[in-house]
Amino acid sequence: MPRVSALDLPDVPKGHLPPHLELQRTRVLCASDAPTHTETIQYSGAYASVGVDNSLRLDQFCRDFRVEVIRLTEDDMEFDMVGIDPSLANAFRRILIAEVPTMAIEKVLIANNTSVVQDEVLAHRLGLIPIKVDPRLFEYMSENDTPNEKNTIVFKLHVKCKIKGPRLTVKSDELKWLSNGSELPLEMESHTSDPASKQKTYTAFTCSQEIELEAHAVKGMGKTHAKWSPVSTAWYRMLPEVVLLQEVEDEMAEELVKKCPVNVFDIEDVGKGKKRATVARSRACTLCRECIRGEDWEKRVALRRVKDHFIFTIESTGALPPEVLFTEAVKILEDKCERVITELS
Amino acid sequence: MEHGSSKDLTASTFSLADEDHTLANSVRFTLNQDPRVTFCGYSIPHPSDARVNIRVQTTGDPAKEVLKDALQDLMIMCQHVRSTFDNAVAEFRTSKTVEDMKIK
Repeated sequence: MPRVSALDLPDVPKGHLPPHLELQRTRVLCASDAPTHTETIQYSGAYASVGVDNSLRLDQFCRDFRVEVIRLTEDDMEFDMVGIDPSLANAFRRILIAEVPTMAIEKVLIANNTSVVQDEVLAHRLGLIPIKVDPRLFEYMSENDTPNEKNTIVFKLHVKCKIKGPRLTVKSDELKWLSNGSELPLEMESHTSDPASKQKTYTAFTCSQEIELEAHAVKGMGKTHAKWSPVSTAWYRMLPEVVLLQEVEDEMAEELVKKCPVNVFDIEDVGKGKKRATVARSRACTLCRECIRGEDWEKRVALRRVKDHFIFTIESTGALPPEVLFTEAVKILEDKCERVITELS
Repeated sequence: MEHGSSKDLTASTFSLADEDHTLANSVRFTLNQDPRVTFCGYSIPHPSDARVNIRVQTTGDPAKEVLKDALQDLMIMCQHVRSTFDNAVAEFRTSKTVEDMKIK
Protein backbone atom coordinates (compact mmCIF):
# COMPACT_ATOMS: atom_id res chain seq x y z
CA MET A 1 0.00 0.00 0.00
CA PRO A 2 1.55 3.33 -0.99
CA ARG A 3 1.86 5.75 1.87
CA VAL A 4 -0.55 8.69 1.47
CA SER A 5 -0.43 11.71 3.73
CA ALA A 6 -3.54 12.11 5.85
CA LEU A 7 -4.11 15.51 4.28
CA ASP A 8 -4.49 14.03 0.82
CA LEU A 9 -7.25 11.57 1.64
CA PRO A 10 -10.34 12.23 -0.44
CA ASP A 11 -12.72 13.31 2.32
CA VAL A 12 -10.54 16.04 3.83
CA PRO A 13 -11.89 19.52 2.95
CA LYS A 14 -9.31 21.33 0.85
CA GLY A 15 -10.72 24.82 0.68
CA HIS A 16 -12.26 24.58 -2.75
CA LEU A 17 -15.26 22.70 -3.94
CA PRO A 18 -15.17 19.39 -5.77
CA PRO A 19 -15.88 19.87 -9.48
CA HIS A 20 -19.47 18.64 -9.47
CA LEU A 21 -20.44 21.07 -6.70
CA GLU A 22 -18.59 23.89 -8.41
CA LEU A 23 -20.63 23.13 -11.53
CA GLN A 24 -23.85 23.29 -9.54
CA ARG A 25 -22.82 26.53 -7.92
CA THR A 26 -21.78 28.40 -11.04
CA ARG A 27 -23.84 26.97 -13.89
CA VAL A 28 -27.52 26.58 -14.70
CA LEU A 29 -27.96 23.22 -16.40
CA CYS A 30 -30.48 23.58 -19.21
CA ALA A 31 -32.00 20.18 -19.84
CA SER A 32 -34.66 19.50 -22.43
CA ASP A 33 -37.48 19.54 -19.91
CA ALA A 34 -36.51 22.30 -17.49
CA PRO A 35 -33.45 24.15 -16.22
CA THR A 36 -31.93 22.94 -12.94
CA HIS A 37 -29.76 24.62 -10.30
CA THR A 38 -31.20 27.99 -11.21
CA GLU A 39 -30.80 29.58 -7.78
CA THR A 40 -27.63 31.37 -6.73
CA ILE A 41 -26.10 29.95 -3.57
CA GLN A 42 -25.81 33.13 -1.56
CA TYR A 43 -25.74 31.95 2.03
CA SER A 44 -22.31 32.41 3.55
CA GLY A 45 -22.35 29.08 5.34
CA ALA A 46 -23.71 27.02 2.46
CA TYR A 47 -20.57 24.97 2.08
CA ALA A 48 -19.48 25.08 5.70
CA SER A 49 -19.43 21.30 5.97
CA VAL A 50 -16.97 21.09 3.10
CA GLY A 51 -14.88 23.83 4.64
CA VAL A 52 -15.43 26.39 1.89
CA ASP A 53 -16.32 29.96 2.80
CA ASN A 54 -19.04 31.31 0.55
CA SER A 55 -19.18 34.74 2.13
CA LEU A 56 -18.78 38.00 0.28
CA ARG A 57 -15.31 39.24 0.35
CA LEU A 58 -15.35 42.73 -1.08
CA ASP A 59 -11.74 42.59 -2.17
CA GLN A 60 -12.44 39.40 -4.10
CA PHE A 61 -15.47 40.98 -5.75
CA CYS A 62 -13.43 44.03 -6.69
CA ARG A 63 -10.74 41.78 -8.13
CA ASP A 64 -12.97 39.46 -10.12
CA PHE A 65 -15.56 41.89 -11.42
CA ARG A 66 -15.06 43.11 -14.96
CA VAL A 67 -16.99 44.88 -17.68
CA GLU A 68 -16.42 44.48 -21.40
CA VAL A 69 -18.16 46.76 -23.85
CA ILE A 70 -19.12 44.93 -27.04
CA ARG A 71 -21.01 47.62 -28.95
CA LEU A 72 -21.56 51.28 -28.20
CA THR A 73 -23.49 53.65 -30.45
CA GLU A 74 -25.42 56.82 -29.77
CA ASP A 75 -28.63 54.96 -29.17
CA ASP A 76 -27.80 51.56 -27.81
CA MET A 77 -25.06 49.57 -26.23
CA GLU A 78 -24.24 45.98 -25.41
CA PHE A 79 -21.80 45.09 -22.67
CA ASP A 80 -20.83 42.12 -20.51
CA MET A 81 -20.72 42.18 -16.73
CA VAL A 82 -18.80 39.31 -15.20
CA GLY A 83 -18.72 38.44 -11.52
CA ILE A 84 -21.95 40.08 -10.37
CA ASP A 85 -25.01 38.55 -8.75
CA PRO A 86 -28.36 38.44 -10.61
CA SER A 87 -30.04 40.48 -7.86
CA LEU A 88 -27.79 43.44 -8.63
CA ALA A 89 -28.11 43.02 -12.40
CA ASN A 90 -31.89 42.93 -12.05
CA ALA A 91 -31.83 45.98 -9.77
CA PHE A 92 -29.95 47.91 -12.47
CA ARG A 93 -32.40 46.77 -15.12
CA ARG A 94 -35.41 47.78 -13.01
CA ILE A 95 -33.93 51.18 -12.24
CA LEU A 96 -33.09 51.78 -15.91
CA ILE A 97 -36.65 51.12 -16.94
CA ALA A 98 -38.55 52.79 -14.12
CA GLU A 99 -36.48 55.12 -11.97
CA VAL A 100 -34.11 57.14 -14.13
CA PRO A 101 -35.95 60.44 -14.66
CA THR A 102 -36.60 62.13 -18.00
CA MET A 103 -38.73 64.96 -19.38
CA ALA A 104 -42.05 64.32 -21.08
CA ILE A 105 -45.07 66.39 -21.99
CA GLU A 106 -47.59 66.36 -19.18
CA LYS A 107 -49.99 69.30 -19.60
CA VAL A 108 -51.41 70.27 -22.98
CA LEU A 109 -53.33 73.54 -23.29
CA ILE A 110 -55.42 73.25 -26.43
CA ALA A 111 -56.56 76.49 -28.00
CA ASN A 112 -58.09 75.04 -31.12
CA ASN A 113 -58.50 71.50 -32.38
CA THR A 114 -60.76 70.97 -35.37
CA SER A 115 -59.06 67.80 -36.56
CA VAL A 116 -60.49 64.29 -36.45
CA VAL A 117 -58.24 63.32 -33.53
CA GLN A 118 -59.85 63.95 -30.17
CA ASP A 119 -58.20 66.31 -27.66
CA GLU A 120 -57.32 63.63 -25.17
CA VAL A 121 -55.95 61.25 -27.79
CA LEU A 122 -53.77 64.02 -29.19
CA ALA A 123 -52.58 64.94 -25.69
CA HIS A 124 -51.78 61.30 -24.93
CA ARG A 125 -49.75 60.95 -28.10
CA LEU A 126 -47.87 64.17 -27.37
CA GLY A 127 -46.92 62.78 -23.97
CA LEU A 128 -45.28 59.76 -25.55
CA ILE A 129 -42.82 61.75 -27.68
CA PRO A 130 -39.25 61.41 -26.36
CA ILE A 131 -37.74 64.80 -25.62
CA LYS A 132 -34.04 65.14 -26.24
CA VAL A 133 -33.03 67.06 -23.18
CA ASP A 134 -30.73 66.29 -20.24
CA PRO A 135 -33.15 65.77 -17.36
CA ARG A 136 -30.41 66.40 -14.79
CA LEU A 137 -30.65 70.12 -15.55
CA PHE A 138 -34.21 70.25 -14.29
CA GLU A 139 -36.06 69.84 -11.02
CA TYR A 140 -39.24 68.03 -10.25
CA MET A 141 -42.40 70.11 -10.27
CA SER A 142 -45.01 69.46 -7.62
CA GLU A 143 -48.66 70.52 -7.55
CA ASN A 144 -48.05 73.84 -5.84
CA ASP A 145 -45.10 75.04 -7.91
CA THR A 146 -45.52 77.64 -10.58
CA PRO A 147 -44.08 76.61 -13.91
CA ASN A 148 -40.72 78.28 -14.43
CA GLU A 149 -37.67 77.54 -16.52
CA LYS A 150 -36.24 75.28 -13.84
CA ASN A 151 -38.98 72.69 -14.02
CA THR A 152 -40.91 73.05 -17.29
CA ILE A 153 -40.23 73.08 -21.01
CA VAL A 154 -42.87 74.70 -23.18
CA PHE A 155 -43.65 73.66 -26.73
CA LYS A 156 -46.03 75.15 -29.22
CA LEU A 157 -47.81 73.43 -32.08
CA HIS A 158 -49.79 75.35 -34.68
CA VAL A 159 -50.69 73.67 -37.92
CA LYS A 160 -53.45 74.71 -40.29
CA CYS A 161 -54.47 73.09 -43.49
CA LYS A 162 -55.50 75.48 -46.27
CA ILE A 163 -58.88 75.10 -47.87
CA LYS A 164 -58.53 73.02 -51.02
CA GLY A 165 -54.93 72.31 -50.06
CA PRO A 166 -53.34 68.84 -49.92
CA ARG A 167 -53.83 66.54 -46.91
CA LEU A 168 -51.26 67.30 -44.20
CA THR A 169 -49.64 64.89 -41.83
CA VAL A 170 -48.58 66.46 -38.56
CA LYS A 171 -45.23 65.12 -37.38
CA SER A 172 -43.27 65.66 -34.22
CA ASP A 173 -40.99 68.24 -35.81
CA GLU A 174 -43.89 70.68 -35.92
CA LEU A 175 -43.42 71.19 -32.18
CA LYS A 176 -41.52 74.41 -31.61
CA TRP A 177 -39.73 75.13 -28.39
CA LEU A 178 -40.70 78.38 -26.71
CA SER A 179 -37.83 79.75 -24.69
CA ASN A 180 -39.76 81.99 -22.35
CA GLY A 181 -36.86 83.91 -21.02
CA SER A 182 -34.81 80.97 -19.81
CA GLU A 183 -31.07 80.72 -19.35
CA LEU A 184 -30.97 77.13 -20.50
CA PRO A 185 -28.32 76.06 -23.01
CA LEU A 186 -29.36 76.20 -26.63
CA GLU A 187 -28.90 72.57 -27.52
CA MET A 188 -32.32 71.60 -26.31
CA GLU A 189 -34.78 70.73 -28.97
CA SER A 190 -37.61 68.33 -29.29
CA HIS A 191 -36.67 64.99 -30.73
CA THR A 192 -37.25 65.64 -34.38
CA SER A 193 -36.43 65.63 -37.98
CA ASP A 194 -34.01 62.78 -38.29
CA PRO A 195 -35.56 61.34 -41.44
CA ALA A 196 -34.27 57.87 -40.63
CA SER A 197 -36.89 56.77 -38.16
CA LYS A 198 -37.55 59.26 -35.46
CA GLN A 199 -40.53 61.19 -36.76
CA LYS A 200 -43.80 60.36 -35.20
CA THR A 201 -46.98 60.96 -36.99
CA TYR A 202 -49.83 62.21 -34.98
CA THR A 203 -52.65 62.96 -37.20
CA ALA A 204 -53.51 63.65 -40.81
CA PHE A 205 -56.09 66.19 -41.72
CA THR A 206 -57.61 67.92 -44.66
CA CYS A 207 -59.25 71.15 -45.64
CA SER A 208 -59.55 73.95 -43.14
CA GLN A 209 -58.78 71.89 -40.08
CA GLU A 210 -56.45 73.36 -37.53
CA ILE A 211 -54.57 72.40 -34.40
CA GLU A 212 -53.24 75.04 -32.05
CA LEU A 213 -51.87 74.05 -28.66
CA GLU A 214 -49.20 74.65 -26.07
CA ALA A 215 -47.57 71.71 -24.33
CA HIS A 216 -45.71 71.73 -21.00
CA ALA A 217 -43.09 69.07 -20.36
CA VAL A 218 -42.03 68.18 -16.83
CA LYS A 219 -39.62 65.77 -15.15
CA GLY A 220 -40.87 62.40 -14.02
CA MET A 221 -39.97 58.72 -13.60
CA GLY A 222 -41.06 55.64 -15.50
CA LYS A 223 -42.70 54.38 -12.29
CA THR A 224 -45.47 56.95 -12.64
CA HIS A 225 -46.05 56.62 -16.36
CA ALA A 226 -44.14 54.80 -19.07
CA LYS A 227 -43.72 58.00 -21.11
CA TRP A 228 -40.99 59.00 -18.64
CA SER A 229 -38.93 55.87 -19.23
CA PRO A 230 -35.51 56.79 -20.70
CA VAL A 231 -34.96 53.44 -22.42
CA SER A 232 -37.05 51.91 -25.15
CA THR A 233 -36.00 48.78 -23.35
CA ALA A 234 -33.14 47.32 -21.31
CA TRP A 235 -32.55 43.62 -20.85
CA TYR A 236 -29.90 41.10 -19.93
CA ARG A 237 -29.24 37.43 -20.54
CA MET A 238 -26.78 35.06 -18.96
CA LEU A 239 -23.90 33.83 -21.08
CA PRO A 240 -24.78 30.47 -22.63
CA GLU A 241 -22.18 27.69 -22.56
CA VAL A 242 -22.36 24.77 -24.96
CA VAL A 243 -20.19 21.79 -24.13
CA LEU A 244 -19.71 18.57 -26.06
CA LEU A 245 -19.62 15.73 -23.56
CA GLN A 246 -18.57 13.11 -26.07
CA GLU A 247 -16.75 13.15 -29.37
CA VAL A 248 -19.26 13.82 -32.14
CA GLU A 249 -17.91 12.52 -35.43
CA ASP A 250 -18.71 12.20 -39.10
CA GLU A 251 -22.43 11.88 -39.79
CA MET A 252 -23.44 12.90 -36.30
CA ALA A 253 -21.26 15.99 -36.65
CA GLU A 254 -22.93 16.97 -39.91
CA GLU A 255 -26.33 16.44 -38.34
CA LEU A 256 -25.43 18.57 -35.34
CA VAL A 257 -24.19 21.44 -37.43
CA LYS A 258 -27.33 21.40 -39.52
CA LYS A 259 -29.64 21.23 -36.50
CA CYS A 260 -28.53 24.47 -34.90
CA PRO A 261 -30.43 27.50 -36.26
CA VAL A 262 -27.76 29.99 -35.21
CA ASN A 263 -24.68 28.01 -36.31
CA VAL A 264 -23.09 27.45 -32.94
CA PHE A 265 -21.22 24.35 -34.12
CA ASP A 266 -18.51 23.93 -36.73
CA ILE A 267 -16.91 20.98 -38.42
CA GLU A 268 -13.24 20.39 -37.91
CA ASP A 269 -11.23 18.03 -40.08
CA VAL A 270 -9.11 15.79 -37.90
CA GLY A 271 -7.28 14.15 -40.77
CA LYS A 272 -7.68 10.69 -42.32
CA GLY A 273 -11.08 11.86 -43.59
CA LYS A 274 -12.60 12.01 -40.12
CA LYS A 275 -14.64 15.02 -39.13
CA ARG A 276 -15.40 16.32 -35.68
CA ALA A 277 -17.85 18.87 -34.39
CA THR A 278 -16.63 21.76 -32.27
CA VAL A 279 -18.35 24.63 -30.54
CA ALA A 280 -17.55 27.83 -32.40
CA ARG A 281 -20.00 30.52 -31.32
CA SER A 282 -21.55 29.59 -28.00
CA ARG A 283 -22.39 33.23 -27.30
CA ALA A 284 -24.91 33.24 -30.11
CA CYS A 285 -26.79 30.28 -28.66
CA THR A 286 -30.43 31.06 -27.95
CA LEU A 287 -30.93 27.84 -25.96
CA CYS A 288 -33.63 26.64 -28.32
CA ARG A 289 -32.68 23.06 -27.33
CA GLU A 290 -32.71 21.86 -30.95
CA CYS A 291 -29.33 20.22 -30.50
CA ILE A 292 -30.57 18.06 -27.62
CA ARG A 293 -33.86 17.12 -29.22
CA GLY A 294 -34.07 13.52 -30.27
CA GLU A 295 -32.67 10.31 -28.91
CA ASP A 296 -29.37 10.28 -27.10
CA TRP A 297 -28.39 13.84 -27.94
CA GLU A 298 -28.57 14.83 -24.28
CA LYS A 299 -25.62 12.57 -23.60
CA ARG A 300 -23.50 14.30 -26.19
CA VAL A 301 -24.32 17.99 -25.84
CA ALA A 302 -24.69 19.90 -22.57
CA LEU A 303 -26.34 23.31 -22.53
CA ARG A 304 -25.52 25.52 -19.61
CA ARG A 305 -25.65 29.14 -18.54
CA VAL A 306 -22.97 30.88 -16.53
CA LYS A 307 -24.66 32.31 -13.45
CA ASP A 308 -22.55 35.39 -12.96
CA HIS A 309 -21.90 36.55 -16.54
CA PHE A 310 -24.55 38.93 -17.88
CA ILE A 311 -24.87 40.26 -21.40
CA PHE A 312 -26.62 43.59 -20.93
CA THR A 313 -28.31 45.49 -23.74
CA ILE A 314 -29.59 49.03 -23.28
CA GLU A 315 -31.55 50.85 -25.99
CA SER A 316 -32.02 54.51 -25.22
CA THR A 317 -34.81 56.71 -26.60
CA GLY A 318 -32.35 59.55 -27.10
CA ALA A 319 -32.63 61.79 -24.05
CA LEU A 320 -29.38 60.47 -22.56
CA PRO A 321 -26.73 58.25 -24.17
CA PRO A 322 -26.86 54.65 -22.94
CA GLU A 323 -23.61 54.68 -20.98
CA VAL A 324 -24.75 57.76 -19.05
CA LEU A 325 -28.07 56.02 -18.37
CA PHE A 326 -26.30 53.06 -16.78
CA THR A 327 -24.11 55.27 -14.59
CA GLU A 328 -27.21 57.20 -13.49
CA ALA A 329 -28.96 53.93 -12.63
CA VAL A 330 -26.06 52.79 -10.43
CA LYS A 331 -26.02 56.22 -8.73
CA ILE A 332 -29.73 55.88 -8.02
CA LEU A 333 -29.17 52.50 -6.31
CA GLU A 334 -26.42 54.07 -4.18
CA ASP A 335 -28.77 56.90 -3.23
CA LYS A 336 -31.42 54.43 -2.17
CA CYS A 337 -28.94 52.64 0.11
CA GLU A 338 -27.85 55.92 1.60
CA ARG A 339 -31.41 56.95 2.26
CA VAL A 340 -32.09 53.75 4.16
CA ILE A 341 -28.84 54.05 6.12
CA THR A 342 -29.71 57.57 7.28
CA GLU A 343 -33.21 56.40 8.17
CA LEU A 344 -31.80 53.61 10.30
CA SER A 345 -29.32 55.77 12.15
CA MET B 1 -39.01 51.35 10.96
CA GLU B 2 -37.70 48.50 13.04
CA HIS B 3 -39.98 45.98 14.68
CA GLY B 4 -38.27 43.71 17.13
CA SER B 5 -38.11 42.69 20.77
CA SER B 6 -36.52 45.19 23.13
CA LYS B 7 -34.63 42.42 24.92
CA ASP B 8 -33.31 40.60 21.89
CA LEU B 9 -31.62 42.94 19.46
CA THR B 10 -30.31 40.20 17.22
CA ALA B 11 -33.55 39.55 15.38
CA SER B 12 -35.87 42.14 13.93
CA THR B 13 -37.95 43.11 10.94
CA PHE B 14 -37.32 46.36 9.12
CA SER B 15 -40.26 47.90 7.31
CA LEU B 16 -39.10 50.24 4.54
CA ALA B 17 -41.55 52.56 2.81
CA ASP B 18 -41.32 53.47 -0.87
CA GLU B 19 -39.13 50.48 -1.72
CA ASP B 20 -39.63 47.37 -3.80
CA HIS B 21 -37.73 44.37 -5.11
CA THR B 22 -35.03 46.59 -6.59
CA LEU B 23 -33.40 47.43 -3.28
CA ALA B 24 -34.75 44.57 -1.19
CA ASN B 25 -33.35 41.74 -3.30
CA SER B 26 -29.93 43.40 -3.57
CA VAL B 27 -29.79 43.96 0.20
CA ARG B 28 -30.90 40.39 0.80
CA PHE B 29 -27.98 39.21 -1.32
CA THR B 30 -25.40 41.20 0.64
CA LEU B 31 -27.01 40.20 3.95
CA ASN B 32 -26.85 36.54 3.04
CA GLN B 33 -23.18 36.79 2.28
CA ASP B 34 -22.40 38.21 5.73
CA PRO B 35 -21.23 35.37 8.01
CA ARG B 36 -22.94 36.93 11.05
CA VAL B 37 -26.41 36.36 9.59
CA THR B 38 -28.36 33.20 10.36
CA PHE B 39 -31.53 34.15 8.54
CA CYS B 40 -32.57 36.92 6.20
CA GLY B 41 -35.37 37.44 3.76
CA TYR B 42 -37.80 40.02 2.48
CA SER B 43 -41.48 40.13 1.69
CA ILE B 44 -43.88 42.57 0.14
CA PRO B 45 -47.06 42.60 2.22
CA HIS B 46 -49.23 43.93 -0.61
CA PRO B 47 -48.24 44.75 -4.19
CA SER B 48 -50.26 47.97 -4.23
CA ASP B 49 -48.37 49.42 -1.25
CA ALA B 50 -44.77 50.34 -1.87
CA ARG B 51 -43.56 48.76 1.33
CA VAL B 52 -41.01 46.03 1.99
CA ASN B 53 -40.37 44.02 5.17
CA ILE B 54 -36.79 42.81 5.58
CA ARG B 55 -36.20 40.21 8.29
CA VAL B 56 -32.71 39.81 9.75
CA GLN B 57 -31.59 37.32 12.40
CA THR B 58 -27.95 37.25 13.45
CA THR B 59 -25.54 35.23 15.55
CA GLY B 60 -25.17 37.89 18.21
CA ASP B 61 -24.64 41.32 16.71
CA PRO B 62 -27.58 43.76 16.74
CA ALA B 63 -29.60 43.33 13.57
CA LYS B 64 -29.57 47.07 12.83
CA GLU B 65 -25.77 47.16 12.66
CA VAL B 66 -25.65 44.13 10.41
CA LEU B 67 -28.20 45.68 8.06
CA LYS B 68 -26.27 48.94 7.97
CA ASP B 69 -23.07 47.06 7.17
CA ALA B 70 -24.81 45.18 4.38
CA LEU B 71 -26.06 48.45 2.90
CA GLN B 72 -22.55 49.91 3.10
CA ASP B 73 -21.20 46.85 1.31
CA LEU B 74 -23.84 47.30 -1.37
CA MET B 75 -22.83 50.93 -1.81
CA ILE B 76 -19.17 49.98 -2.16
CA MET B 77 -20.09 47.35 -4.73
CA CYS B 78 -22.11 49.93 -6.70
CA GLN B 79 -19.24 52.41 -6.68
CA HIS B 80 -16.89 49.73 -7.91
CA VAL B 81 -19.34 48.75 -10.67
CA ARG B 82 -19.58 52.37 -11.75
CA SER B 83 -15.82 52.95 -11.90
CA THR B 84 -15.17 49.65 -13.73
CA PHE B 85 -17.92 50.49 -16.22
CA ASP B 86 -16.55 53.98 -16.89
CA ASN B 87 -13.06 52.59 -17.45
CA ALA B 88 -14.42 49.93 -19.80
CA VAL B 89 -16.33 52.52 -21.84
CA ALA B 90 -13.29 54.81 -22.06
CA GLU B 91 -11.11 51.87 -23.12
CA PHE B 92 -13.63 50.83 -25.76
CA ARG B 93 -13.74 54.36 -27.15
CA THR B 94 -9.96 54.70 -27.39
CA SER B 95 -9.60 51.29 -29.00
CA LYS B 96 -12.31 52.19 -31.51
CA THR B 97 -10.63 55.45 -32.52
CA VAL B 98 -7.33 53.60 -32.90
CA GLU B 99 -9.07 51.07 -35.14
CA ASP B 100 -10.74 53.75 -37.22
CA MET B 101 -7.41 55.45 -37.71
CA LYS B 102 -5.79 52.20 -38.80
CA ILE B 103 -8.47 51.54 -41.41
CA LYS B 104 -8.07 55.02 -42.84
